[in-house]
Amino acid sequence: MANDTIIRFDNVTKSYNSNTTVLKGVSFELERGKFYTLLGPSGCGKTTILRIIAGFEAPTTGDVFINSKRVNNVPANERQVNTVFQDYALFPHLNVFENVAFGLRIKKVKEAEIKARVAEALKFVNLAGYENREITEMSGGQRQRVAIARAIVNDPEVILLDEPLSALDLKLRTEMQYELRELQQRLGKTFIFVTHDQEEALAMSDEIFVLNEGNIQQSGTPVDIYDEPINRFVADFIGESNIVDGVMLEDYKVQFAGKVFDCVDGGMKQNEKIEVVIRPEDLHLTTPAAGKITVRVDTQLFRGVHYELSTYDKDGNEWLVHSLKQAEVGAQVGLDFDPEAIHIMRLNETEEEFDARIEAYTNEV
Amino acid sequence: MKFKPKATFSPYLLWIVLFVIAPIGLIFYYSLLDLNGDFTLANYRNFFTPAYLTMTLTSFWYAFLITFFTLLIAYPTAYFLTKTKHKHLWLMLVIIPSWINLLLKTYAFIGIFGLYGPVNAMIEVFGFDPTQILFTDFSFVFVAVYIFIPFMIIPIFNALDKMNPSLIYAARDLGASAFTTFRRVIFPLTIEGVKSGIQVTFIPALSLFMITRLIAGNKVITLGTAIEQQFLVAQNWGMGSTIAVFLILIMFASMRLTRKKKRGGRA
Repeated sequence: MANDTIIRFDNVTKSYNSNTTVLKGVSFELERGKFYTLLGPSGCGKTTILRIIAGFEAPTTGDVFINSKRVNNVPANERQVNTVFQDYALFPHLNVFENVAFGLRIKKVKEAEIKARVAEALKFVNLAGYENREITEMSGGQRQRVAIARAIVNDPEVILLDEPLSALDLKLRTEMQYELRELQQRLGKTFIFVTHDQEEALAMSDEIFVLNEGNIQQSGTPVDIYDEPINRFVADFIGESNIVDGVMLEDYKVQFAGKVFDCVDGGMKQNEKIEVVIRPEDLHLTTPAAGKITVRVDTQLFRGVHYELSTYDKDGNEWLVHSLKQAEVGAQVGLDFDPEAIHIMRLNETEEEFDARIEAYTNEV
Repeated sequence: MKFKPKATFSPYLLWIVLFVIAPIGLIFYYSLLDLNGDFTLANYRNFFTPAYLTMTLTSFWYAFLITFFTLLIAYPTAYFLTKTKHKHLWLMLVIIPSWINLLLKTYAFIGIFGLYGPVNAMIEVFGFDPTQILFTDFSFVFVAVYIFIPFMIIPIFNALDKMNPSLIYAARDLGASAFTTFRRVIFPLTIEGVKSGIQVTFIPALSLFMITRLIAGNKVITLGTAIEQQFLVAQNWGMGSTIAVFLILIMFASMRLTRKKKRGGRA
């Protein structure tokens, strides 16, 4: 459904000067009304993508489309896009009402309509009655809401959020995650959210784009990305993971840690060298006899919800285990896991190749 | 250690009494004396005669012109300075001339604007006759503006520099054109810098007197020139003090007008 595409990047690059390239050929399509997250470490280019969509920066090469219209040269003030800034960027010389009304006043909306729309936007973010407050009188969380109200009041097609929760404390941040997700669903608008916090990305998004060094590493639903990371970077960045080298003997048979295991992956060459990912929470403590691999507990940290155990097998591979049960440091324990817990990553596989392979071997079944 | 406010503040208190309060008191006292040293209100009556009122108005007019042109040049300059790569170096270069003695700079302009100076030499190159630039209103305002520019740039530069750049992005994002962004965000947020700049320009411009003599050739009589003449030429300390009293009142008034207001938006 081409009609549902609201933003399209076609091989977009961005360089500053001649030697610093921030984006190295990024292409993607975003559908109307979904919650997208651009996730990656600092300097990966996620904020640059946002600034290109907003119109603060122009791509060096490649094309950007909003609603199938090429917008490379359309200035920020003529785009149907509004941004919630990392530092909120509220106007300190205006009160809450005037901050929210700013965009409407510029569009010369009638005074009565401005009043009604600002009131509605403030109600949306639970700030009804705060119209006459000064920005300096608002707390961090309230300023955040004003910034969101100032964006949504203009009824934009896309709302861009540049790490908007990073300045809030943990509890407020979690609360705002729920609120933002709910707000997006009520408004039905496209949200593009930039963050370096993987938990935030997993909790809120319809689709995540994992970026590193100016390239999209992987895109997909939170579950897809968590369960089927395409490479070591994604596996490492999204949650904690155990990554060990292995060999794919044949479809559904993998060898690692000196043993052969059943798994659910296929479509690779025989005896292909691969990497195996097992999430720490998929490893279960048991007795050495009952376990699939035997390890020695090296250290143990209490994390509140679970214990985090660092263990080593006889080959010296580290296995991180999240366990509800306590273990004894120095003891030999067995680790058990399901075939579904084994995720196979081919070396240097691109996203297209990955998708094609998944399609090919799932069709066979 | 116990803090003793009275003992600590006494040197400053003494300073203020000796060099601020006492002189103002003396000025007020002298303004009530006539040439013979008798008490009188005649000086105040004189001030409200057309001659002095015209002079006050002229003074205001020139101070206004000087402030206006200084602001007109200083604001864009300060704005572009904040955009340069080595903004503090550039600011330094703008400020350095203000360290040179005012009189020296004024004399330099006598040379530049004189009949045999470089400006007239340029005019002759283009085939025109040398003209008298010195001792005109133009040269007076020009030199005064030149002198005040650094003092106006500094507070405006600081205000612009302090402004969060993402506010400009926010305004653009909300649909404001470059001009609207300036009018509704940048200028209101730097208005305090502009006010400080006006204070340090307008008030001294009211009482300029060396430049009026050297550059304007006493054609422009300001309140400052009048005070100087009353004291040194006419030896009428009473009248000189009376003008000074009014100058002080005007200063307070203009400071009140440009003082910081509590931040507040339209309700």
